[in-house]
Amino acid sequence: MIVGLAGTWGFWLIEVCESVGQFALMIKSALGWILRSRVEWRQVLIQMQRIGVESFPVVTMTTLFTGMVLALQTGASSNALLNEPFFVGTVVGFSMVMELAPVMSALVVSGRAGAAIAAELGTMRVTDQIDALYTLGTDPVRYLVIPRVLAFMVMLPILKIMADFTGIFGGWAIAYFKLGIPTNTYWHDIFDYMDVDNFMHGFLKSFVFAFAIAFICCFKGINTTGGAEGVGKSTTAAVVMSMTAVLVLDYFVTAILVAFGIT
Amino acid sequence: MIDAVGVRKGFKGRPVLRGVDIIVEEGETLAIIGGSGCGKSTFLKCVIGLQRPDEGSITVDGADITTLKEESDIAHYRRRFGYLFQEAALFDSLPVWENVTFGLKYLTDIPRSRYRKIAADKLALVGLKDIEDMRPAELSGGMKKRVALARAIAAEPSYILYDEPTTGLDPIMSDVINDLIIDLQKKLKVTSIVVTHDMRSAYKIASRMAMLHEGKVLQVAHPEVMKISTNPYVRQFVDGLSEGPIKMRLKEYELPEDEERS
Repeated sequence: MIVGLAGTWGFWLIEVCESVGQFALMIKSALGWILRSRVEWRQVLIQMQRIGVESFPVVTMTTLFTGMVLALQTGASSNALLNEPFFVGTVVGFSMVMELAPVMSALVVSGRAGAAIAAELGTMRVTDQIDALYTLGTDPVRYLVIPRVLAFMVMLPILKIMADFTGIFGGWAIAYFKLGIPTNTYWHDIFDYMDVDNFMHGFLKSFVFAFAIAFICCFKGINTTGGAEGVGKSTTAAVVMSMTAVLVLDYFVTAILVAFGIT
Repeated sequence: MIDAVGVRKGFKGRPVLRGVDIIVEEGETLAIIGGSGCGKSTFLKCVIGLQRPDEGSITVDGADITTLKEESDIAHYRRRFGYLFQEAALFDSLPVWENVTFGLKYLTDIPRSRYRKIAADKLALVGLKDIEDMRPAELSGGMKKRVALARAIAAEPSYILYDEPTTGLDPIMSDVINDLIIDLQKKLKVTSIVVTHDMRSAYKIASRMAMLHEGKVLQVAHPEVMKISTNPYVRQFVDGLSEGPIKMRLKEYELPEDEERS
């Protein structure tokens, strides 16, 4: 029994190591194509539309309500402690720009566009379309992965900036209409304390998240096995892994940025 | 000429090809026949470099695919091949004409302005007209196979590899595909390998046949010789009998999806 268990764990460990190696090779290959300027720009534009433009409504909706909730909770807590809703704009602004906008937009886009990427590439794998690319002289990394990675890295930071605005706007709506905070006070609460570093903190996070989500979803899709069931499994795995990666990377990127004084 | 010597390939410790030796002469059509899971498709994928043999060599016009390491060298090696996939493998997101001319951008220096004309010409060669702007989802199974065939010949390869070209088609459409394979062989003077378990198709199109069983070549011969083969395995297969030395133990044929589909 012990031998059997060791064998099972051994095979599992080998598979994990193989996957990590293949993942690293895919990133290396993608960077190689990009450095040689062999990019399918038409595909990049198509993916920017699918990943970015089509995600805009859902990112807007989620971050709008996140900003509203933040303002409401901050106002309520402040009221309970000080009988006045203090620093609502500051809390909403800092939270959105540095943390919630990059993380929320990354989670929403990985659930929407990341799942679509894994399912599309997975279907291409199980229907031999990936092999067909090889036989037609194309590297799937060049034709499929790079356009998606570049589109993610352009569009996610843009969505993050949109999310900053919609979250802060949602906060203002609650601050003004529900908590009775004058508009000027709300904006002063934000801009009296915020500087470019705070914005860059969240903006840089978006790039890292985009890189991770795009490569994880492409990798899971391209390495799909097992027909329709396999496509479902790899899509689920892609979404779970990319969302987990966003939350884990969030800590480490924050720690690095704090260490470099970008706060 | 394609010269495969001692080709071995396994997946997760399970051998699929156990030392395949096959020579495909210039201009001939070799049909590789055999039951499901015997390694036919795996061999074809080894020939075009989609899978790397564990042992042995596959030499095409002097170039041995098993010695090529760089992806650019393998891509260059693949230029001489056209490949027809079992399920056609057309790109769903592209119209028919872009599917047909997809490889031209990467395999040739032909200017993009000529692509539509080339697509129309290649589609005409496989008996299709006025479907250039349709999407693969709008095509029937037979039409998809023919579009895939047009795509395989678009870059004018020296070799065409067919993976189960008649699988999933009705008998009439199967015969149309068989006629097309013969017709293309005559017009384009290509060398072809056809993997099939459709004996009617194999007899019609092949100049020679090779029977593969459990990853080994049992017999290579002219179709007429195959018909009267004394090898009991070959006899059972070409006659399509359930009784004989080939035991259909289902467990034996259970393979991961991506390894063996024929």
